[in-house]
Amino acid sequence: MSTISTVSAAFLAGAVATALASFAAAAPLSEAEAKAAMDAGKEKCFGVALKGQNDCAAGPGTTCQGTSTVDYQGNAWKFVDGGTCTTMDLPGDRKGSLTALSRDVPS
Amino acid sequence: MPQDELQSGDLSHRFDYAAAFTAGLLDPDRAPPDAVSGPNGKAAVKRYAVYRNNVTVSLIDALTASFPATLRITGPDFFRAMARFHVRETPPTSPLLFEYGRDFPDFIERYDYARPMPWLADVARLERAWLDAYHAADAEPLASAALASIPPERLADTVFVPHPATRATRSRFPVVTIFAANRRNGPVGRIEADRPEDALVTRPGLEVFVRHLPPGGAAFLDRLMAGEPLGAAAGAALAERAEFDLAANIAGLLQASAFTAAHQGG
Repeated sequence: MSTISTVSAAFLAGAVATALASFAAAAPLSEAEAKAAMDAGKEKCFGVALKGQNDCAAGPGTTCQGTSTVDYQGNAWKFVDGGTCTTMDLPGDRKGSLTALSRDVPS
Repeated sequence: MPQDELQSGDLSHRFDYAAAFTAGLLDPDRAPPDAVSGPNGKAAVKRYAVYRNNVTVSLIDALTASFPATLRITGPDFFRAMARFHVRETPPTSPLLFEYGRDFPDFIERYDYARPMPWLADVARLERAWLDAYHAADAEPLASAALASIPPERLADTVFVPHPATRATRSRFPVVTIFAANRRNGPVGRIEADRPEDALVTRPGLEVFVRHLPPGGAAFLDRLMAGEPLGAAAGAALAERAEFDLAANIAGLLQASAFTAAHQGG
């Protein structure tokens, strides 16, 4: 080994187990899974996710899970049950949208 | 004259012509090559200058397309002036335009007028990493089950195979925030310039993802990508940053699809 390891086998095993557990809980959205979520009656709903809780944000090159920086960010979306997106009432008279919104975009 | 001799002679003549033709393409002070002439054998100074201009502009345009956030930060006039200096100094080595600009971030770092924006070169590095990830080969990401199947006592010696698209960039500046704010058209708010941010770039499917790496994450990932085993990489990351969270980093890298395989050593 090229570096002196200060990490015990038990510590490593614990960390990997924790990682795998959290990984299972926060399942990644691969393209196939995103499609599966859509097929299962979910739809992309913009402007309803709390900050950091979005499934994916909009904008070329910057998209990724958990990157929205304000609550109900208008160009970030979350998977919700099909048909429920635009009926969602949110604090401050906000509504969800199937297309990206210009409100609540971090400035 | 035998047939093959004729062909090879013809070919070398063409290479000579190309070499003579390209020699002055990036230097406006040079006269057009002798082999180029206008109608009735007149000199082709203007004609060659038009061609030279098209070459320069197409390369500047390639840089604007590859570095859109850098362009947005500097504005088009500054960017194109900076890009022109780079194009004149560094001609392309590949006919693929998306390959052009690999040396541009280093040029920005040396560019005098960009000194007041010390983060600009790192933003360009992240944009280059984004483009490389975009064009990298497709590969199936590592499944968590594959890692789960490795016996605990073999984990320290486990080596990870990086996904072809995976890139890590380090910066003393908040490059991920600056990058994210400038790769779209929305307003850009206040960004604290003294917050260091390391970036992880991955492309599990068709879309490129850019994430923050947590403290020590870049050291950890760099070592894993260099082929160091998990135990050594974790030890090194802990040595660099005491608050390094191994479980969160492993989970984050799995989730980002940074790897394609994990091999137990020994």
